[in-house]
Formats: sequence, C-alpha cells, structure tokens
Amino acid sequence: MIHYALIFAFGCFGLGLLFNLYRIFVAPGVVDRVLALDTMVINIIALLVLYGISTHSGVYFEAALLFAMTGFVSTVAYCKFILRGDIIE
Amino acid sequence: MEFLAEIVISVLLVAAGIFGLVGSIGLIKLPDTMTRLHAPTKATTLGVGGVLIASMLYFWIFKATLSWHELLITMFLLLTAPITANFIAKAHLHRFGKESDLPDTKTDRGWATFEDEAKEMQPVMTRVTPPAQAPSDH
Repeated sequence: MIHYALIFAFGCFGLGLLFNLYRIFVAPGVVDRVLALDTMVINIIALLVLYGISTHSGVYFEAALLFAMTGFVSTVAYCKFILRGDIIE
Repeated sequence: MEFLAEIVISVLLVAAGIFGLVGSIGLIKLPDTMTRLHAPTKATTLGVGGVLIASMLYFWIFKATLSWHELLITMFLLLTAPITANFIAKAHLHRFGKESDLPDTKTDRGWATFEDEAKEMQPVMTRVTPPAQAPSDH
C-alpha cells in the first residue's frame, strides 16, 4: 500500500515542480520568480525525502537539510537585493 | 499493528501529495502576487511536513531507527516559511506598491517598508558620530 501512495506523492510533487518551472518562465515580475524558486526548493525537499523512503536509506535527510538551509538563505538574499540593491551593506 | 501503520503512512503521503499539488496549482492560478503568496507558503509547507512525518513513522516502525532529522527539517521549514513570505511581500511592496494603497497604521509612524524612501536614512555604519579627538601633546 505504501508503494502506491509513494508513487502518487511522487507524481503530485513532480507535477508541482513542472508548474513552478512554468511560473519561473512566464511571470509578471521578478518577485513572482523568487516565489516560484522558493516553492521549487520546497518541492525538491519533498522529492528527496520520498526517494529516501523508497530506497530505505537515511542518507537523503542530510541532503534535504542542506537544501532547506540554502533555499532559505538564497530567498532572503534575493529579496534583500531587490529591497536594497545590495546583499551585505 | 504493521497494517495500521501502513494505512497511517499511506494516508499521510497521499494528503501531503495533494497539499503540495494544490500549492503549486495556486501559484499558477491565483490572480495577483499578493494572493499568489498564500498558496506556496502555506499549502506546500504543510505538504512537506506531511511527507517528513510519514518518513519518520516509516523508519521508526519498519526499520526500528528513530531519526530526528525529519523533525529538524520540519521545524526549520515551518520556522522559515513565514520569514520568506514576509520578505517576498516586502520586496513586492517596494517594487510595485504605493503607500496610498495601504490602510493607515493608526500610529505616528508610517509603514516600515516605505520609511527609508520618505526620509533618506543614512546607512547604519556611518551614522555613528566619531569620538572627539583627544588633544595631543605634540
């Protein structure tokens, strides 16, 4: 049963990733692109954890943790750049 | 017992997948940036939280190893999602918003996002007044 639920979740998050890619290419402004990138990072974290379940290995949590941290820092850096024109003043 | 755990984990995974998909569809469908901000920061974060809790239960029950990594990632995501949403909303207001569109703050200070446009503030590093020079004997 877990196998089919895993396939369903893989499909959902993969489709979500495609929607985010579309939003990155077709966006009304730079803020929407930053938002789409942030959502993409979150979806990739979910895919990594799902892959970790399906291969029964715990190695992928470190990768997911790294993705979470770099995703947060990069989003804040982008927004800081839009707000102030500089990242570290 | 294991059958019950399988049902719980499967339900968590399916619900998480639906929440993640709804968040990404909202990013496409909703009409403007401020409403689009809601979908990914709430629905997708909840979806990832569901996946991580399902993974934690799976490794706990079927592999007999309780790992705290998932809880750490969930905490981190739940803590950082509001911060990124706030930053993105501030950036959007900075680029496209006007202070006249926003409601009054009901205090003597205006909106913090527009403060440094109203009166050109100095950067923090140069605002400190230099200490008075001590008179030298030479």
